[in-house]
Amino acid sequence: MIKIILNNKPVELDVDPQMPLLYALRDELQLTGTKFGCGAGQCGACTVHVNGKAMRSCVTPISAIAEQAITTIEGLADKQGNLGESAVQVAWREFKVPQCGYCQSGQMMSAAALLKAIPQPNDEQIIEHMQGNICRCGTYKRIKAAIKSAAGNTTDLAANNASPNTSPANTLPSNSLPTNNNGVEIFDARKFTHDSKGA
Amino acid sequence: MNSIENVSRRGFLKVAGISSSAFVLGMSLPITSSQAKSSASAVNHELNFFVSIANDSMVTLVCHRSEMGQGIRTSVPQIIAEELEADWQKVTVVQAKADAKYGSQGTAGSASIRNHFTSIRQIGAVARDMLEQAAANIWQVQKNAVKAQKHFVVHNATGEKISFGELASHAAKLTTPDSKTIKLKANSDFSLIGKDVKLIDLDDIVAGKAQYAQDIQLPDMLIATIVRPPVVGGKVVSFDASEALKVKGVVDVIALKPRSIPVGINPLGGVAVLANNTWAALEGRKKLTIKWQLGDKQKHNSSEFSKQLVKKVQRKGEKVATKGDVYNHQYNENNTLEATYTVPYIHHAPMETPAATAVIHGKKCTIWAGTQNPQWAKGTVARELGLGEDEQDNIELNVTLMGGAFGRKSKADFIVEAVELAKTSKRPVKVIWSREDDIQHGYYHSISANYCKAELTEQSSADHWISRNAYPPIGWLWNPEAKVPSDNQLALGFGDIPFALNNLSIEKHAVDSFVRPGWVRSVACINNGFALGSFVDELAVKAKIPTRQMWLNLLGVDRHVDPNKNGFKYSNYNLDLTAHPIDTKRIKNLINLISDKAKVEQALPENQGWGISFLRSFGSFVAAATKVSVVNNKVTVLEMHTAVDCGIVVTPDRVKAQMEGAMVFGLSIALMGEISVKDGQVEQNNFHDYPVTRINQAPEMHVHIIESDKPPGGIGEPGVPPVAPSITNAIYHASKTRIRDLPVNKVFTV
Repeated sequence: MIKIILNNKPVELDVDPQMPLLYALRDELQLTGTKFGCGAGQCGACTVHVNGKAMRSCVTPISAIAEQAITTIEGLADKQGNLGESAVQVAWREFKVPQCGYCQSGQMMSAAALLKAIPQPNDEQIIEHMQGNICRCGTYKRIKAAIKSAAGNTTDLAANNASPNTSPANTLPSNSLPTNNNGVEIFDARKFTHDSKGA
Repeated sequence: MNSIENVSRRGFLKVAGISSSAFVLGMSLPITSSQAKSSASAVNHELNFFVSIANDSMVTLVCHRSEMGQGIRTSVPQIIAEELEADWQKVTVVQAKADAKYGSQGTAGSASIRNHFTSIRQIGAVARDMLEQAAANIWQVQKNAVKAQKHFVVHNATGEKISFGELASHAAKLTTPDSKTIKLKANSDFSLIGKDVKLIDLDDIVAGKAQYAQDIQLPDMLIATIVRPPVVGGKVVSFDASEALKVKGVVDVIALKPRSIPVGINPLGGVAVLANNTWAALEGRKKLTIKWQLGDKQKHNSSEFSKQLVKKVQRKGEKVATKGDVYNHQYNENNTLEATYTVPYIHHAPMETPAATAVIHGKKCTIWAGTQNPQWAKGTVARELGLGEDEQDNIELNVTLMGGAFGRKSKADFIVEAVELAKTSKRPVKVIWSREDDIQHGYYHSISANYCKAELTEQSSADHWISRNAYPPIGWLWNPEAKVPSDNQLALGFGDIPFALNNLSIEKHAVDSFVRPGWVRSVACINNGFALGSFVDELAVKAKIPTRQMWLNLLGVDRHVDPNKNGFKYSNYNLDLTAHPIDTKRIKNLINLISDKAKVEQALPENQGWGISFLRSFGSFVAAATKVSVVNNKVTVLEMHTAVDCGIVVTPDRVKAQMEGAMVFGLSIALMGEISVKDGQVEQNNFHDYPVTRINQAPEMHVHIIESDKPPGGIGEPGVPPVAPSITNAIYHASKTRIRDLPVNKVFTV
């Protein structure tokens, strides 16, 4: 049994500890807002937050994030906890970003994590942070515009206060997180060793 | 043409979400005798409605076309609501299931609006007329004394109003008028068409609530992943499932039916692992051992094949169109240009890989799938299940949102897989494709070679033009003997050259097929548009004039071009050539507009260049301009423009979005898109070796939309063809390196 804090609620999972979080979310918990795109951490469609940081859930074994605070698109909210009203979601609607929409949960989760790390990102920082998220429909122009708009609106709960119900002692060792040159951490769980029997 | 009928009292009320409907307007095709029996059933009719109005005035409109990101679930209801005079705030949209009574549901060829604009309008107009008649009856006045206005019918003289909801039950009692007798609105009276309305699926997508085929969950459902034959036409000789079955969660391992060529839209066969969850299925799959018989397609190697195609097009081919005589002409070598262009296999790679769910109870089969062609899929499933034409009602096909499609999801192979496995396992089954499955077992844009030759004239134009192409034709899917493209395929930017030429020869070649060919966004316009757009630029360079000027010179005087006059049976994308002409004035307008807006003739720093191109396709006219820099062998795309003349614009923001998306799609094709095949097997696996455009490669983008009252053209595809040649032309003007073989990353870092 592995415990996680999912969208501010404790959840217990009786699954293979090696199972990537993506499949636990979709198949076991019926949270299908997080999408499968490549299964290899290459496209970002499966991006969720672990303790407020963007993470590719398709390559993150559930055992690697035991006791951690996970936010999915279904849990993204503004400061008052209004679901679906985070700054990026408001901006995504305003700029009519999505076409098919399939990659957009991942895009918004990446964008929210960026704004948490860098509240007022410049063009280079946006591009640097967002290039792990593919959009085959080609909505990049609007993604950039929406992020800039959202940067003026910093009321996100998930982006600013990632794990209100979690003990800080259980956060991941941040010194081992790969960090790109704008200071945004992208968590690739394949780089972690973990207890395969689970927590 | 479909007929519209009042079907208010025929048991429609069971349809989800419209339980209080009083007025329901349906549409049906003329019933043939074989369909007559089944169409008497309420089940069938439940789905056959387009407009329903509840007593509380809520209007439910059906979208019968499939959504893959183009916004059709907004645009179709928007057109109906326009003629209905409905208030968009009071409109909800229901997705049609697969049903022949909707007429064509095949969402491909950028056809939804360009081919169905009038019939969709008529549905709304007939409903509006009946509401007006109902109000006129209540007020005991002539119909022309009342007028529908934003969800009410208004008494012209008194200003009195009755709401649609109050009128619904009265309208339900009226006989449906003949749609041809109902006057459609004047374009100048449009209040929704041409305006940006709230997008139907936007809120759900942004909340993560939109449901795609991958998201279907049913009680007791198994998830299936399939190892398919590595080579098309290959078969399973034997397999060992013992280790796979030991994986916790794996329930069964099932060999799929072996399939033969012609492959059609059938599955490929292989071995399926069925499990309680995706992870177990994928883990089980890794432990399968399969012995294959690969078949004779294993001799295919795409790099050698490309060379053979290039060789082929150097020779005279089979006639497509001719004018004058190019073969008894003495070409002046100094003024003559010959060039051969190649494009590799290209794959759709929609972000959502194919997925379908099926459950079978007795004869009844229920399916959820993201499909561009619901009725084709349904018919294919019916044959698979051995159901007759009159038994198709046993199949209920629910159309989900598609996470991108680009032509891939026209094919029903993945849907039939789910049905086959649901039948064998006797449980609900969701088939999911991994990204590797998607990239290695696709329906690819065909590898191609295009040859062009022309001689410059003294007027800085060109004549004695030869165009040839060679590529595996899509017809091979159904006919293994098919070696040349159909006239419909050749109409895609090849047989319809719009230039004022006195001497022209357009020729095709016979080519064998080895992988499954398919329709990828804009289809043969990709390679034909690349060749045409590149060659015009090369002619301009040779003539030492701006590329804009060469386009204008080649196009000649304002006129409507008729390719039929050159002996080519031109299908014009199934559009009437009078209503949708190849209008050189509109082309010249766009060439000038894009050149002016992008300032393509401005002086640029060293190592920078502009390129332009154009193609008319799917009834729309699109020009593209791209600025690049080429420094230290690296191409950076700096700025892109597209200008589109698609006639009447229904949803302007979605037209803009399609153009933006087409630029990014065209960037992928031009810079990186290549599927290579070795020993009959696709060499690429995932986004690391089949890269597509990422945000760091997306330049500043501008879209220019021409205001027009011409009949609407297509919009999903026409943005793509001019993009790649605009990029390679820009690369030439920045670096003097001519890219004739895509993708660019064979030569430059991108």
